[in-house]
Amino acid sequence: MNRTRPLTRAGQYLALLAYLLFLGYPLLWLVSISLKGARELASIHPSLIPRSLVWDNYRIALTDQGLLRSALNSVLTSVGATVIVIVVSVPAAYALTRFRNGARTAATLWILISQVFPTILIVIPLFLLLKSFGLLDSLPGLTVVYVVWTLPFALWMLMGYMASVPQEVEEAAAVDGAGRFRVVFSVVLPLLTPGIVATAMFAFISAWNEFFFALVLISTTEKRTLALTLAKYVGSEGQLQLGPLAAGSVLATVPSLVFFLFLQKRLSGGLLAGAVKG
Amino acid sequence: MTSAMTLSAPPTPPPRGAGRFQRWLYRSGSGLFLLLPAAVPILLLSVFPLVRGIYLGFTDARAGYRVTTNFVGFDQFAKLAHNALFWQSFRIGLVWAVSVTVLQFLAALGLALLLNADLRLRWLARTLALVPWAMPPVIVAIMWRLLLDPTVGSLNESIRLLHLGEGTLNLLGQANSALPTVIVIGVWVGMPQTTVTLLAGLQSISPTLHEAAAVDGAGTWRRFVSVTLPQLYPIIAAITSLDFIWNFNSFGLVYVLTAGGPGGNTMLPMLFAYHEAFGYGNFGYASAMADVMVVLILLIMLAYLPSRLRRSR
Repeated sequence: MNRTRPLTRAGQYLALLAYLLFLGYPLLWLVSISLKGARELASIHPSLIPRSLVWDNYRIALTDQGLLRSALNSVLTSVGATVIVIVVSVPAAYALTRFRNGARTAATLWILISQVFPTILIVIPLFLLLKSFGLLDSLPGLTVVYVVWTLPFALWMLMGYMASVPQEVEEAAAVDGAGRFRVVFSVVLPLLTPGIVATAMFAFISAWNEFFFALVLISTTEKRTLALTLAKYVGSEGQLQLGPLAAGSVLATVPSLVFFLFLQKRLSGGLLAGAVKG
Repeated sequence: MTSAMTLSAPPTPPPRGAGRFQRWLYRSGSGLFLLLPAAVPILLLSVFPLVRGIYLGFTDARAGYRVTTNFVGFDQFAKLAHNALFWQSFRIGLVWAVSVTVLQFLAALGLALLLNADLRLRWLARTLALVPWAMPPVIVAIMWRLLLDPTVGSLNESIRLLHLGEGTLNLLGQANSALPTVIVIGVWVGMPQTTVTLLAGLQSISPTLHEAAAVDGAGTWRRFVSVTLPQLYPIIAAITSLDFIWNFNSFGLVYVLTAGGPGGNTMLPMLFAYHEAFGYGNFGYASAMADVMVVLILLIMLAYLPSRLRRSR
């Protein structure tokens, strides 16, 4: 193709630089505050590069009982929800892609609908339902809600991966006389593993990052998730200093970020590719 | 691009094997029992709450013990029609959702085009562009509050250093600047996903189309308008619709940024309905608000999508 003119090139780099600044600067500022001491934070001339690196904020955040407790709650609900979602959606995705019946249409319809409806519509009946089961303000209750909340997307992803597992492999195994469960466990599952891992990461991130359901369904301080506790700290209950708050925020981002960077390759466009072509 | 194909349609199996395969598949049951573990929670905790949520809008449901719930028809909606605060919040919600969606699309398209060009530092932009996507919305809100904070924030000091003013801005706390500021932050949050989607779309455009247009003497702009954009239309329609719905329904970001303030200037409908439901305990009234939100989203989608999809043909 034709070569780009130098002036255009310069413009492109300038634009890229502007994007990098817009995307990256807020992140740098957060990290910067997390490394500043209390005295420097009180200064009226804040600077991006801390005058001296102070790790105190991280130490305070990592020993704050409230934060630790919430982090544990977040791990429990996110991991719990992820495991249940995978256990439940792998067989469902298999059935929905291999069997030819109305369930597939119903599932697709539900996945679409669940994207459109505002959560406020669902949260009130959920609140009443959990209350009648005695699961309100409890981590198991929140976990179950996260299962249902992440399920549409998990199912959507897994159905996509499942469809790319060639049916011929199963047919060959079936001809060799393997029973259906043998086929699913020793032929389909190994091929599906990368897809399952990606879906599990996605489910974990969704649950870890979630805030609205936790806000509505959890009322006891000891049962708060990390997102909820940090939100309360920054609000009217501001018990935490800004430095430790920033440090806690950085730490709370790490799990999602690590998983996300793993997912990066798979996420690149894959999400809507199916939706658009479908 | 190979990874992007993982979710697209599989190669169709040979027809003669397929019939036998289906027979083998159905030999031990219809497969419905495989669906059961997923279907039970979905029906109980998603479909049922959805239907009941729609229904609650037609009742006088309230929070509390021993409260009876009665069907009241359209009473809540009649009451809602005269609730000026709700409609103001609704206007704010539309301004927010439309602005964020449009700006986010333009910014994302620009970034996607840059990432598609052969530039250095592309890897950095690609990685950075994913971070906002991975961050919990609550953390994003905390981060921007720290950045814009009048004392520990970076904004006012920068203004002072550049001699642009006295540096006494409190963007999130002032009535006239709160909504625009929140919108910019909304763009920051939602841009990555839109960028990645558009980039995938750009990469799936066959280079031969561009080459043919170039041979015909079309310049960069002309190629963009008559090759790139038409090829992207289906993806643009899909991602802007999803963005609009997600933005209209978003909650956590603005809740932590401003809690709807100052003076209700950033009170999105979701926040408004949340306060009605869990602040005042008016479950029926809040559900009616949610019903109105659903109907309007559907109407907007019905008006928007067909025209987009028609253009893509």
